[in-house]
Amino acid sequence: MNNISQAIPFLGSRNPKAALITLVVLVLTAPLFAGLFGNTWVRILDFALLYILLAIGLNLVVGFAGLLDLGYIAFYAVGAYTWAFLASPHFGLHLPFYVVLPVGAAFAALAGIALGFPTLRLRGDYLAIVTLGFGEIIRIFMNNLTHPVNITNGPQGIDQIDGMTIPLVGLELNRGLQVTDDFKISSLFLYYYVFLAFVVLAVILVKRLQVSRIGRAWAAIRDDELAAKAIGINTRNLKLLAFAMGATFGGVAGGLFGAFQGFVSPESFTLMESIAILTMIVFGGMGNLAGVIVGALALSFLPEVLRHIALPIQQALFGKVYLDPEVLRMLLLSLAMILMMLMKPAGLIPAQSRYSRADLLGDKEARHDQAA
Amino acid sequence: MQTLLQQIVNGLVVGSVYAVVALGYTMVYGILGLINFAHGEVLMVGALVALSAITFFQSVLPDLHPIAYFVMGLLVAMPVCMAVGYTIERTAYRRLRNAPRLAPLITAIGVSFLLQTLAMIIWGRNYHSFPQLIQTAPIEIVAGVFMTPVQMTTVGVSAAMMIGLVILVTRTNMGRAMRATAENHRVASLMGVDTNRIIALTFIIGSALAAVAGVMIASNYGVAHYSMGFLPGLKAFTAAVLGGIGNLAGAMVGGIVLGLVEAIGAGYIETWTGGWLNSSYQDIFAFLILGIVLIFRPTGLLGERVADRA
Repeated sequence: MNNISQAIPFLGSRNPKAALITLVVLVLTAPLFAGLFGNTWVRILDFALLYILLAIGLNLVVGFAGLLDLGYIAFYAVGAYTWAFLASPHFGLHLPFYVVLPVGAAFAALAGIALGFPTLRLRGDYLAIVTLGFGEIIRIFMNNLTHPVNITNGPQGIDQIDGMTIPLVGLELNRGLQVTDDFKISSLFLYYYVFLAFVVLAVILVKRLQVSRIGRAWAAIRDDELAAKAIGINTRNLKLLAFAMGATFGGVAGGLFGAFQGFVSPESFTLMESIAILTMIVFGGMGNLAGVIVGALALSFLPEVLRHIALPIQQALFGKVYLDPEVLRMLLLSLAMILMMLMKPAGLIPAQSRYSRADLLGDKEARHDQAA
Repeated sequence: MQTLLQQIVNGLVVGSVYAVVALGYTMVYGILGLINFAHGEVLMVGALVALSAITFFQSVLPDLHPIAYFVMGLLVAMPVCMAVGYTIERTAYRRLRNAPRLAPLITAIGVSFLLQTLAMIIWGRNYHSFPQLIQTAPIEIVAGVFMTPVQMTTVGVSAAMMIGLVILVTRTNMGRAMRATAENHRVASLMGVDTNRIIALTFIIGSALAAVAGVMIASNYGVAHYSMGFLPGLKAFTAAVLGGIGNLAGAMVGGIVLGLVEAIGAGYIETWTGGWLNSSYQDIFAFLILGIVLIFRPTGLLGERVADRA
């Protein structure tokens, strides 16, 4: 509740209940508003939800447990490729989502443990570099595992991936929902609500997790690993758990991505994407769920807004496009990262709960308080 | 046997470049305890600036000896990279020198991507062909083992840079100040060392080395583009860790060893795995070595520093 009231600054502090209702209504009607500007924006909204899911997952590892993971996109890739393997003509398998998604999540969790186990002794910058290497290794394999058996189909990727079908009602999300003869809800809207359900589930889970025994132990490891060990926390298992749980979120998001996009290729899982997700949590406020969500939303929307504003302006001024959208996105993300670290290291909405330290990234005042 | 010898030669060439870049990482790490993530990008800037300078001089002053253009390219790239290195230190890292844990690292990642983006804006996304100013026709050194003049130049220049750096660090007053700063900032500044200046100088020297390495890599492969700094940077970091980070001799040894492992591995991986993996997996060796070293011997081959710091 406290977090929600921060997310809507004006209403929140005076009337948290109204803020909550506003928030719920806003979230439920968002695709309708986005739809007014065209289906592109609904699509962007869908992707924003996937990014929120990823950011929540990475925040578990980085924000809660303090383990900087630069290869997080690898778990997204594992989830997406699992969906592609089990539900596409590539291997001729077409399993339903309630089988594929858990399998993808499990594979991702295993990959998380595989990454976590050898890196247990590493901290800080070294861990970052090794996880980065892990992400790259996964990408090299995605690009090259084509012979003697064609597993990943190399750089071309796998296409014609099955969409999601809701069982019982038999609703195929890719086809949209034909309500009457001349009114059809597009698949983009349907995916929005499915993704939203996953995000809400994730938020509830993580909120509970943060104040649970596990979440408190993670905070202890993040703040001082040696002290955490000394008070009897099993740091090994808990660090592995952080990696595995973070990876599970990535794997689920990856599966949803595969179904939504209908196509996966190594190009979607570059280091740039790992960095983008990291920037989202750094920008919003590491360790703070509301901050992470705001960061993910802001940084998935801003580049798109820029794309629609900056391109026409450039056309009008110079008659030529100098900065294409991809460049603008990278520029925005890298500047957001640097400036945020230099000016407001705790993020837009700093973590405030008693289990997450605001000075994790060095707020000057916070460190003074601590010293005093 | 011939293949093996040939791969050893190739490995030495690549390894000497890694060693030069690794020196930049290890010097900064030795003094600040910071992984300068943007170091690889400085290398890329060096290569692209040299490319532009060479193209410019070729159109303004035609009819010069190709080597002259090469030297001019280097002479422009080095100061530009030194300026870039200094700017990065001054604007991004200095303010975070006392910030805890992740902040400087995240900033460094941001700087790295900012440099890539700026390079993309200035030079575009395309691969540029880098002029082959030094002969590339292979020469037979011993029975069946070939080496191109570019490769020989690469090894020669790298060796010269390394020797120069060792002399600078061990024999001059500035070098002594650098070692003192690496040992202990506070005490060094009490002894009259201007530590801020020394740290800035370290970045400047490292960036100059990176510029040379960038030009060497571009001349060897004949291409330059905005993302060419990432892999060599990461591999050079691996080399620095392998040798023992913070240790100059270690960086050199680590660079050479990594180059050899990579070349030999790439040459034989297909035979070893029965055709399952081929030389397109070459890049995983560096990552595997990095992982193995950090897990089993975090101090590296020659290092005394404990790599466990956060």
